[in-house]
Amino acid sequence: MTSANQIRMPAGGASASPAGPRRGGHDSARRADNRRKWYEIIGLTTPAVLIYVMFVLVPMGFAVYYSLFRWRGVGPPTEFVGLRNYTLAFQDPIFLDALRNNALIVFGSLLIQGPIALGVALLLNRRFRGRAVFRLLVFVPYVLAEVTVGIMWKLLLTGDGTVDALLRSLGMGGLVQAWLADLDVVIWTLLAILTWKYVGFAIILLLAGLSNVPDELTEAAAIDGASWWQIQRHVTIPLLGPTIRIWMFLSMIGSLQIFDMIWVTSVPAVRSLGASATMATYMVDNGFFARLWGYGNAVAVILFVISFVAALLFQRFLLRRDIEGAITGRAK
Amino acid sequence: MATKRRASAVLALLMTSVVVLAGCSGGGEEAAPQSELYKDPVTLSWWHNASQDGPGKTYWEKVAKDFSALHPTVKIEIEAIETNQLQRTRLPAALLSSDPPDIFQAWGGGEMTEQVEADYLKEITDQTKTEVGDIGSAAEIWQVKGKQYGLPFRMGIEGVWYNKEMFAKAGIAAPPTTFEELNTAVTKLKAINVIPIAVGAGDKWPAAHWWYNMALRACSVDALKKASAEKNFDDPCFVKAGQDLKAFIDTKPFQPNFIATPGQNDPTSANGMLANGKAAMELMGDWNRGTLDTVTTDKAKLASFLGWFPVPAISGSPGDPKAALGGGDGFSCAKNAPAECVEFLKYLVSPEVQKGYAETGTGLPVAKGAADAVKDPALKSILEATSGASYVQLWLDTAYGSTVGNAMNDAIVAIFAGNGTPEKVVSAMKAAASK
Repeated sequence: MTSANQIRMPAGGASASPAGPRRGGHDSARRADNRRKWYEIIGLTTPAVLIYVMFVLVPMGFAVYYSLFRWRGVGPPTEFVGLRNYTLAFQDPIFLDALRNNALIVFGSLLIQGPIALGVALLLNRRFRGRAVFRLLVFVPYVLAEVTVGIMWKLLLTGDGTVDALLRSLGMGGLVQAWLADLDVVIWTLLAILTWKYVGFAIILLLAGLSNVPDELTEAAAIDGASWWQIQRHVTIPLLGPTIRIWMFLSMIGSLQIFDMIWVTSVPAVRSLGASATMATYMVDNGFFARLWGYGNAVAVILFVISFVAALLFQRFLLRRDIEGAITGRAK
Repeated sequence: MATKRRASAVLALLMTSVVVLAGCSGGGEEAAPQSELYKDPVTLSWWHNASQDGPGKTYWEKVAKDFSALHPTVKIEIEAIETNQLQRTRLPAALLSSDPPDIFQAWGGGEMTEQVEADYLKEITDQTKTEVGDIGSAAEIWQVKGKQYGLPFRMGIEGVWYNKEMFAKAGIAAPPTTFEELNTAVTKLKAINVIPIAVGAGDKWPAAHWWYNMALRACSVDALKKASAEKNFDDPCFVKAGQDLKAFIDTKPFQPNFIATPGQNDPTSANGMLANGKAAMELMGDWNRGTLDTVTTDKAKLASFLGWFPVPAISGSPGDPKAALGGGDGFSCAKNAPAECVEFLKYLVSPEVQKGYAETGTGLPVAKGAADAVKDPALKSILEATSGASYVQLWLDTAYGSTVGNAMNDAIVAIFAGNGTPEKVVSAMKAAASK
């Protein structure tokens, strides 16, 4: 964790280093101590730094380099085209569809999963019989591999499949859709599957956050005559703030990079028509299947920049207080 | 102070790792020494796509063992890789490196042209004259500018696989030979509440093949050859192909929601629909006999009702009605592979090995002497039609290369989905050619 932070600092530029340098020792013993500390830090972080550089930074540099070429993966890249691949991407309506789908998944996940997870977590935080079982059940979809979930839902949702039969037997045959074939419906179907899978993760995070809410506070509120609702609204939820923001952050990044589920659940034709494409599936479809390696790298860089900027903005404006450790409002 | 030192440490690390990486990627430039055949021990690495357990995979293992028994100095290491992975990622990456496999799957067409231009492949024109003579015109697909760079072991044309029982029930006397007759057959099949044609549009290419056949009928052989060689799609016949396709789709011959139906490999696929008696026809290549077997619930029943006929002609069109679309699988040797590689390649297409291949039932052999080993009646009719074809056009997406091919297939699928136009297919192909 620390090592990643230390590398990101020189790369990311201006972000301030919160820990460390204020301790200026004057006597020599202090200085020797200090030096030993640095040897330790360098010794312990070197393997991680090496791996990070070789498998993250260097490939990233290569991606940027290749993205400036018209290159089909045959022979070394020779035809330098500058930013042409980037302009081509933003001119392709399918890529714009992919961007729109990613945005929909980001906001859809936050707006749908957030309230559901909060409600369920508050319920599961109360004491009742079988609570452990419920907690487990809620978490099961998250444990399953994404590919497994995708294939499972694909089978359930085939035309006249299990879901359709279930709806009809419940007298809701009117709701039956071509879940994965209707170009206007498919992205909502995928969003529903994503919600089903990831809401459990949000719930578990929030439950962990809830266990950190001191009983004294809720007890005090109760003694003061607050109802259960009032306690949740004015005591518990505000104290859950940091957890909720961390979950939002993870959900946002995951939604921007979503690939596996879309890839296995939605067929190539529906993806290539833009109905279910995301930036990541678009990248693979064009990079490998259309053999536009330079172009695929450009898309990868765009995806990276969007995720990186989103992450930075989120950290800057929403997570700053949390990173400073302001859970109980005590600033450093 | 501390930050500065840390920054320089990171910089140092970065530089060392760059040096390390450069060290890894260099080297491997030395030329393979030319030596007498079978004198020194060699190991051939062989990449093929028969990755699923079955007769195909087992047969290649046997062939490799047999060759090693004949020539004890040669050891063959097989790696079986799923087609998409092999073709899209593993092979391009390996060819870029200094250590590609010695002998590997090759599909011919546009991709092979690119590989030859990048100097990846061994030229084998002189060494394989006998084999090429035996294989005939099909071997041309593995040529670039008249020179041989690979040899096929499987080759076939595509046509319509159909359910004879359903045709009889619908009162269709003989398989259609023109699109008018096909339209009539579709109407008759609808009347007995049967899905006339299954298409796996979800995988794109099974739908695109309908357009390819329209183009084959609409375009003269010259226009087709020009398109493959020069990526020139100016001939109006390519727009005509889209118009004909659109008119055909408008008669609603396909199953509902075909846009999400996969092509093969599972019971809900177009393949599965034909194999399990849920649809009457499917347009597919010669490998379909094997894939139908893997998705059917009743192999004996499938064998009893399965038939095959060539793609119908369009009357009054400039295309040659005896021309057919086809393709195959072959192998190429890497540029720096040992000379034994070419010997093994020749062994792979020799009549004995081809006979054994035909007996596995996974595809049609190319060597003339192996034709007798084909027993299945549907496959036999393909073999006859293949030898009777006046011109075999390689699958258009293979012929034009992945980039144009992919854009073309996407634009054709858009017509199937109802939001594309015949003109857009051609403009997408031209745009992709410059991408």
